[in-house]
Amino acid sequence: MPYQTGLAMLANTATIILVLLGLFFFVAGTVGLLRFPDLHSRLHALTKADNLGLGLVTLGLAFQMDDAWSVAKLVLIWLLAVLAAATVAQLVARAALSRLPGADGRGDEP
Amino acid sequence: MTLGLAFDALLCLLILSAAGLAVCGRRLFASIAFFVTYGILIGISWLRLGAVDVALAEVAIGAGLTGVLLIGAWAAIRRRRGNDGLALDATGAMNAADEAEAGDDPVMPRPRRLVAAVACSVLAGLLAAAVAALPAEVPGLLPAVTEKLADSGVSNPVTAVLLNFRAYDTLMESIVLLMALVAVWALTPEALWGDEPGLRQHARGDGVLATFGKVLPPLGALVGAYLIWAGSDRPGGAFQGGTILAAVWLLAIMAGMARAPRQSSRFLRLALVAGPVVFLGVGLAGAAFGVFLGFSAEYAKRLILLIELALAVSIAATLALLVAGTPVARGGS
Repeated sequence: MPYQTGLAMLANTATIILVLLGLFFFVAGTVGLLRFPDLHSRLHALTKADNLGLGLVTLGLAFQMDDAWSVAKLVLIWLLAVLAAATVAQLVARAALSRLPGADGRGDEP
Repeated sequence: MTLGLAFDALLCLLILSAAGLAVCGRRLFASIAFFVTYGILIGISWLRLGAVDVALAEVAIGAGLTGVLLIGAWAAIRRRRGNDGLALDATGAMNAADEAEAGDDPVMPRPRRLVAAVACSVLAGLLAAAVAALPAEVPGLLPAVTEKLADSGVSNPVTAVLLNFRAYDTLMESIVLLMALVAVWALTPEALWGDEPGLRQHARGDGVLATFGKVLPPLGALVGAYLIWAGSDRPGGAFQGGTILAAVWLLAIMAGMARAPRQSSRFLRLALVAGPVVFLGVGLAGAAFGVFLGFSAEYAKRLILLIELALAVSIAATLALLVAGTPVARGGS
């Protein structure tokens, strides 16, 4: 029994530290989104920091799961979020680039 | 306990703020962004209430799909305004300077905004009055549902209510969805009727979007099918799964992996009406044996699964086509 509770405490500590660390990156990304001067650096702050933050939160929550399947589902959610964020960031950045005065001005508009 | 209360209070505050900013914001696009945020927060609040089914539907349809429709409408208004009033350059496209000068947002005239505000306020007032008129202590229908759950054919009480006890509500919903698409299609210009709906998509073959469009659909289709199947004994169902399938289909179209089906496609039209037709058919068969939409306990599970599958196909097709919109005149080249 003491062994069990010790393990649970270890898991809880790991969860708290990792989730807090993840939240720190979310806050950093949000500050970047609000403070950075142009769209491309804002995108950079948002996607990089949020992906790392979400990864840390996922890792932290993994310590609270009962079985490997639940952990695998969590990891899958993280991978999907990273994939979506990276793709959307690329598309937004390209759409913005093609609208700069120097570009041909047509961009992704039909 | 206290921590949970603090979380709920914060959540309520965020919901009210997002709703207020969505309604009162001066910029249309910001209002849409806050509307989507509001939908996701409402989804979280449903999770807090233990209503996972509703949370899934709210996030997928309320926030996701409606958000996309609103952004599409916003872009369409901007485009039309560009065509009507603004100087176009030789290539027929607005250049960046014109666009910046035109401001970001289409603005509604003040009288029309006033009318909308009054109408919405009256509606909100009526709803508030209706809520206030409810008795404070309602026994609810949970005991009745729990008692009859064994006869419903499914073990998820939400599905039992949606597809058995109150099946006619869901039948009407599926027909309303179809009517919405009919209304959108009615706006198709005469010359373009039967064409492929929506803007022509052009993704580079080796680009990011094309890669995304290759990686995600298999996984998305799996998740959508799982949600439909899971609906009978845990949260999920035709609406939630169908929305995901619609999103996967739209992604495949946008990434250039598939072409949007023509409005005149017989196959497409079959897919659109399959859900309501199967639903009505099962209902009428029930009427022949006694009660309209009454399922005997013996066949209930099979019938509900049949309806769910057909509904999911129709919902996926209808939602995707709602987003795709009407056919658009192709440019010269």
